Amino acid sequence: MPDVLFHTPAETLALSPLVGAGTSLRRAALLVRFVFRGDAAAAAKVGAAFGVALPQSPLASERTGERAALWQGPDEWLLLARPAMDGPQAVDALARSLAGEIAAALGETPHSLVDVSERHVALLLEGPGAADLLNAHVFLDLDPAAFPVGMVTRTLFTKAEIVLWRTSEQNFAIECWSSFAPYVEGHLAEA
Amino acid sequence: MLLIHCPCCGVERPEIEFRYGGEAHIARPMQPADLDDHQWAEFLYMRTNPKGVMAERWRHVHGCGRFFNALRDTVSDRFIAVYKTGEPRPDSATASGEGAR
Amino acid sequence: MTLSFRTSKGGRIDRAKSVKFIFDGKTLVGQAGDTLASALLANGIHLVGRSFKYHRPRGILTAGSEEPNALVGVAKSAAAAAAGQSVPNLRATQVEIHEGMVIVSQNRWPSLGFDIGAVNDRLSPLFVAGFYYKTFMWPKSFWNRVYEPFIRAAAGLGKAPTAPDPDRYANRYAHCDVLVAGSGPAGLAAALTATRSGARVILAYEQGEPGGSLLHDVGAQIDGRPAAEWVSAVIAELAGNDRVTLLPRTTVFGYFNQNFIGLAERVTDHLADPDPSLPRERLWQVRARQVVLATGAIERPLVFPENDRPGVMMAEAGRIYANRFGVLPGRAIAVATSCDSAWRAAFDIKALGGNVVAILDMRTDVDPALKEKARAHSIRVETGCTVTGVKGTKRIEGVRLGRISGDTVSSAGSLACDCLLMSGGWTPNVSLHSQARGKLDWHADKGAFLPGDPVQAQRSAGSCRGIDGLAQVLADGARAGAEAAQAATGNAVDVPAFSASGSEVSSGWWLGAVPHDRDASRVRAFVDFQNDVTAKDVKLAVREGMHSIEHIKRYTTTGMATDQGRLSNMNALSIASTALANEIPQVGLTTFRQPYTPVTFGTLATTSRGDLFDPVRRTAIHDWAAAQGAAFEDVSLWKRAWYFPKSGEDMHAAVLRECRTVRESVGIFDASTLGKIEVVGPDAAEFLERIYTNPWKKLGIGRLRYGLMLNEAGFIMDDGVVGRIAEDRFHVTTTTGGAPRVLAHMEDYLQTEWADLKVWLTSTTEQWAVIAVQGPKAREAIAPLVDDIDLSTEAMPHMSVRQGHVMGGIPCRLFRMSFTGEAGYEINVPPSRARQVWDAVFANVERLGGCAYGTETMHVLRAEKGYIIVGQETDGTVTPDDVGMSWAIGKNKPDFVGKRSLARPDLMATGRKQLVGLLTKDGKALLEEGAQVTAEADPAPRTPALGHVTSSYMSAAAGRPIALAMIANGRARHGETLHVPMPNGAIAVEVVPPLFVDPEGSRLNA
Ligand SMILES: [Zn+2]
Repeated sequence: MPDVLFHTPAETLALSPLVGAGTSLRRAALLVRFVFRGDAAAAAKVGAAFGVALPQSPLASERTGERAALWQGPDEWLLLARPAMDGPQAVDALARSLAGEIAAALGETPHSLVDVSERHVALLLEGPGAADLLNAHVFLDLDPAAFPVGMVTRTLFTKAEIVLWRTSEQNFAIECWSSFAPYVEGHLAEA
Repeated sequence: MLLIHCPCCGVERPEIEFRYGGEAHIARPMQPADLDDHQWAEFLYMRTNPKGVMAERWRHVHGCGRFFNALRDTVSDRFIAVYKTGEPRPDSATASGEGAR
Repeated sequence: MTLSFRTSKGGRIDRAKSVKFIFDGKTLVGQAGDTLASALLANGIHLVGRSFKYHRPRGILTAGSEEPNALVGVAKSAAAAAAGQSVPNLRATQVEIHEGMVIVSQNRWPSLGFDIGAVNDRLSPLFVAGFYYKTFMWPKSFWNRVYEPFIRAAAGLGKAPTAPDPDRYANRYAHCDVLVAGSGPAGLAAALTATRSGARVILAYEQGEPGGSLLHDVGAQIDGRPAAEWVSAVIAELAGNDRVTLLPRTTVFGYFNQNFIGLAERVTDHLADPDPSLPRERLWQVRARQVVLATGAIERPLVFPENDRPGVMMAEAGRIYANRFGVLPGRAIAVATSCDSAWRAAFDIKALGGNVVAILDMRTDVDPALKEKARAHSIRVETGCTVTGVKGTKRIEGVRLGRISGDTVSSAGSLACDCLLMSGGWTPNVSLHSQARGKLDWHADKGAFLPGDPVQAQRSAGSCRGIDGLAQVLADGARAGAEAAQAATGNAVDVPAFSASGSEVSSGWWLGAVPHDRDASRVRAFVDFQNDVTAKDVKLAVREGMHSIEHIKRYTTTGMATDQGRLSNMNALSIASTALANEIPQVGLTTFRQPYTPVTFGTLATTSRGDLFDPVRRTAIHDWAAAQGAAFEDVSLWKRAWYFPKSGEDMHAAVLRECRTVRESVGIFDASTLGKIEVVGPDAAEFLERIYTNPWKKLGIGRLRYGLMLNEAGFIMDDGVVGRIAEDRFHVTTTTGGAPRVLAHMEDYLQTEWADLKVWLTSTTEQWAVIAVQGPKAREAIAPLVDDIDLSTEAMPHMSVRQGHVMGGIPCRLFRMSFTGEAGYEINVPPSRARQVWDAVFANVERLGGCAYGTETMHVLRAEKGYIIVGQETDGTVTPDDVGMSWAIGKNKPDFVGKRSLARPDLMATGRKQLVGLLTKDGKALLEEGAQVTAEADPAPRTPALGHVTSSYMSAAAGRPIALAMIANGRARHGETLHVPMPNGAIAVEVVPPLFVDPEGSRLNA
C-alpha cells in the first residue's frame, strides 16, 4: 500500500542484492516541512490549524492521511504536509498558507515556525527486509516490540544524522538533510 | 560503547548520540563584570576533576537535542543518575533508577 | 604424495569429495570438510612455518584458534595470489580448504625447508629476554640507521597484501536477550534452554560446524543418541525458531561496556566461488541483555626441552584430527601427559588403527582403570616418566625419556616415534570473562584461574569455569541458559535435564617447566611458541628484577601472541612464581584484551570505505561546476568549487583571471555551504545581543550586520552576516565549517543559562542555496531576474536584505553584502530551483564579461580587503582587538559571551600578536602560509619568532604578492622591515596595514 503522505516518483534506488525481493528504496517527492518550536501550550494551539495534534510524548508521531507531526524534542516538532499537486510551486503555496494559518492560530503566543521543506529528503525503505537492512547502519533495536509502528526518533545512520520513522510494520521513512541522502543511499546499496 | 539514559526521551541510547559537555553546576555569573580577575579565571578554567562520582553535562545531540546532567563514576565509568538541567544534583548514595543501570 | 595418513573410516569429512589446493607451490589433495591443518597432516606435512625470533621450524600444534605456529598466507585462487590479493597470518587450524585455494607458509626465506633466518637460532644467546631493550639502546644515532631497519626487517610474521583489498565487508547491529558464545555441549544446552523460554537468542561459534568437543567425542551419547546426532537435532530446533540467530564461523572478539559485544563473522572464506554480493566478513555489534560464555578449555603444553619441534602436538588435537578429520598425526605416536584426558586420545587413535607406541605419564598414581584399558589396547604404559627432549629438527624422530624421582630426573633411554601428543592438563578459557572485567579466582586444587563474580550481565558455563565431564557440562549449560533467559526476560524458565555419557571427569595437571636431566644452559623449553619465549627467558626476567607478571610479559613478550597467551600464560606464570618463590595469585595474571583473535581491518571498516568513508556533501550547483571543469576542495564534509580553469590555465592563472574579472566586471560564486540558522522569537534580538559582540537591538528590519562571536574565554570562534527579517526573526549565517559548532554553542547558552528567553533556533543551511554575485556589474547581472525588489542603492543600500521573488515567483531572500570589497548580492533560493536561477544569472554574468569563481578567488579577494577567515587568521587564541576588530564590539552592552574575559590582563597585555599586511621587498616572492616571521634575517638558534604568515596570495589588483600575518605588536610596526627565514635564505618583508584595495570602501556602495 503506497503511503498517501509520501506520493513518490516511480523510480526506485539500488539496494544490496542480499536484501531480497519485495523490499524497495525510493526518494519521496517534495513535501512541505516545518520545524515548530515552542512550549507545550504553544504546541497545543498548532494542532487545530495544522489538522494534526502535536504529540507530547517522546518519540511519538501523529498523523492523518496527508499530514503528520513528529516529536523531535520536548520543544521541537517536525510537521509534514503533502501538497495537492506535485511540484515546488504547490509546495511554496501550501507552505505559505499553512504558515499563515498556524501564525494566526498562535496569535501572541511565543513560538518559532521555520520552513524547512527543502532541508530534507524523505527516503522510503519498505518491505520485509527493511528493518534488517536498516540494522546494517542504524544501531537501534528495530524489533516491533522495541520500536513500534509510529515511533520516530533522530538517530545516526553510520555517520549521518537521520530522523527514523516507522510508518508501518515493514515500512520506514528516513528523513535526512538533502546533502546526506547520497551517503545514506550508498550505504543501503552496499549492506 | 556506553549506553546513556536520556531523561527527556526516556530511553537508553549509545553514547555516540551524545556529546559530553564538561562539569555540571557551574553557573555563568549573572554579572560577570562584578567578578575580579581571579574569580573570573576560577569560573572559566577551574574544575573539580574528581576520581569518583562527578556531575557532568551531556547533550543528546543526535536525539532530542537537550542538555541534561548526569552523575558518573569516573573510575568505573558507570552512570549513577541522570537528571534534567536545572534540577538539583541527586544524592549519589541514594541515586537509582534507570540511569543507574 | 598420497593421503597415506587418512584413517580407513570415521571422521566428518566427505570422503567422496576431494579438494585440490596449493601449498608452497605444490598441489595437494584434501577432502571436503578438512581444515588446512587436517589436510596437510593427511599429506604427512607437519612442518608449516618458522618461528618469529629464531626462525625455528614449527609444526601444527593445536586444532583450534589458539594455534601459535601454523600461520599461513591464503589466497582464494592462483589468480588472486598473482594479483597480490592474499590474507596473511591465518591459522591453518581454522582455514577450511576449498578448491583452488593457494597457501604460502610464512616467515621463511628462501624456502620453508632452508631458511637463512634460522641462523638466529644458533645466535640465540644474543636474543635473550629483553634483548630489544638491551641490544638497541646505544649509541642513540644507531636507531634510525641500523636498529630500526633491522627490527623492521626481522619483525612481522606474514606478508601484507600488495593490492587493494578487493573484498567487501558488512556490518550488522543486533540486540538479543541472550548471547551464547560457543557451541560445545554447554553452549548448545544454554542456547536451547534460553530459546525454549521464548528469549531472543544469538548463538555464535568459531567453527563452520557447531558441536565443539561433541564432534570428536565419538563414544558420547546424549538423551539416548550419538552426540553428533543430538547436535544436529538441537541446531535444527534453533534454526527453526525466528527469534534465534545462528552465527557459524563467528568469533566473539571483544567484550565491551554494558554487554556491547563485537563479533567477526567469516562469510565467504570457506567458499571457492561465493556469490559476489556477499561480504567477505561481517562485523556484528551486539547489545545483549545477558551473555553466556561457553568458551571451553584449552589444553596446556608441557614445557620440556625441544618441545617445539614439528611432530609435537597437543594430545586433544591429535584426538580431534583422528576422530573428526580421519587423520592420524603420525605413524608411531607417543603420548606424554600428566592428566587423564590424554589417555583418551591414545585409546581413540588406537581404535582407528593407529600405532600408539607408549603412554608416558608423569604421575605415579594413575587411575588403575586407565592402565587396565591401555593393557586391553596393548599400549605400553610408563608412569613416573617424562620426556626430556626430542630427536630431529624438521620432524621428530624420537624422544628422550626421563624417570622422575622426587625432584630429580634420570635418563631412561629413548623411544622412537614421529609424533608426540602432549598434555599438561586444561586451562579454562576465561578470556571473555576477563575482557568483561570479571575477576578471576585462583583454585589451587585445580591449578586454574576460574571466573569469579562477573561485573557485567554475564555468566560462564561448562569447562570455561572448570566444570568437567559431559553430563555435568550439559547440566551447567542448561542452568546458565535458564538463569540468563530469566534475568533477561523476567519469565520463569524450565531447566531441561539431559541424560548423557561420554568423556568422564579428567584428573591430573601440570603447571610450569617439566624437570629434566639435560644441561640447562644448552637446551630450550618453549613456553610461548609464537614469540619464542623459553622457560629460561622467564627465569632470566625474574633474575633481572621483573617481579610482576605484567613486567615479565613486556620484558619477554610471553603471552603477546595472537591467542593473547591462552596457550602459554599459565606455564609462564608458574615458572615465574617458582622463580620468585611466591604463590601464583600473588604474581598475578595479565589482563586479557580485545581482540580474542586478530580481526581484519576490513571487518572493522565495514562499508565505510572509499566514497562511503565519510558523507560527501554537494550543493545544488555542484554538477554544473563539475561540468565546467572546476577543481574542488574539501571544506568540512562539503565539496566546494575551488577554481574554474579555462583550457590551458593552471590554478595560478585561473585565480588571477577570476580575481581580475570580479573587480572589473562581475563574478558568480556558490556560497550555499555557509551555515544558516533561523533565530526566532520575541527575545531573538536580546539573545543575539548576548551571543555576539555586536549590538543588535537597534538593527532595523531589512538590515544586515556583520556579527563576531567569541567563546567565554574571549577568543574569536566564528563570524558571519546576520539579517533582521522581522522584529522577531533573524537570518544568521556562519562559516561553512563552523555551522554545527555555532548551533551547539547557541543551544548550550539558551538551554542551560538563559532558559527564560523566548527564542528558538532552527538550522536552515540546506533550506537555502546561496548564489553570490559580486563586482561592479553585480546589480546589472541580477536586475533582469528580480521580480519584486527595488535594487536601487537608495531603496536597498549596502548591508540590507529583502524578501521577494525571482524569475517569476521563486521565493528568495536577497542580501546586499560583500566579502570581496565589491558591491554584491547573495541570492538565497530553495535548492530545488537554485540551478535554474544560477543558470539565468550566469548567462547574464557571461554577457557582462564576468565569470564564475571559486573559493580560492574568494580567499584572495577578501585578503586584499583584510577580511579575516576564522581558523586561518585566528587559531583559538585571538581576540577581536588582535585582528583590529574592536569596532565590532558593542561598547555600551553590559555583557555578552566573552566580554569579561576581554578585560583579563593577558588579553589586554601589550606585545600580543596583531593582524598586519606583509609586502615582500622584492615585490615578487610569494610567502608560505605558516612561515615564521623574525626580526633578523639570520636569527640565532632558539630566537622566538615574532609571528607567522596566515594568508599569502598573488594579488591581481595589487599587481604583486600580498600576505596577512599575525605579528607581535604588529600595528606599531607598520613600515618596519622583518624577515621570513626559508631554506634558501630569508625573505625581507615590509609590515603594512592589512588592506590592499580600495581603502575608502567606496566600491561597496556603488
Ligand atoms: Zn533525548
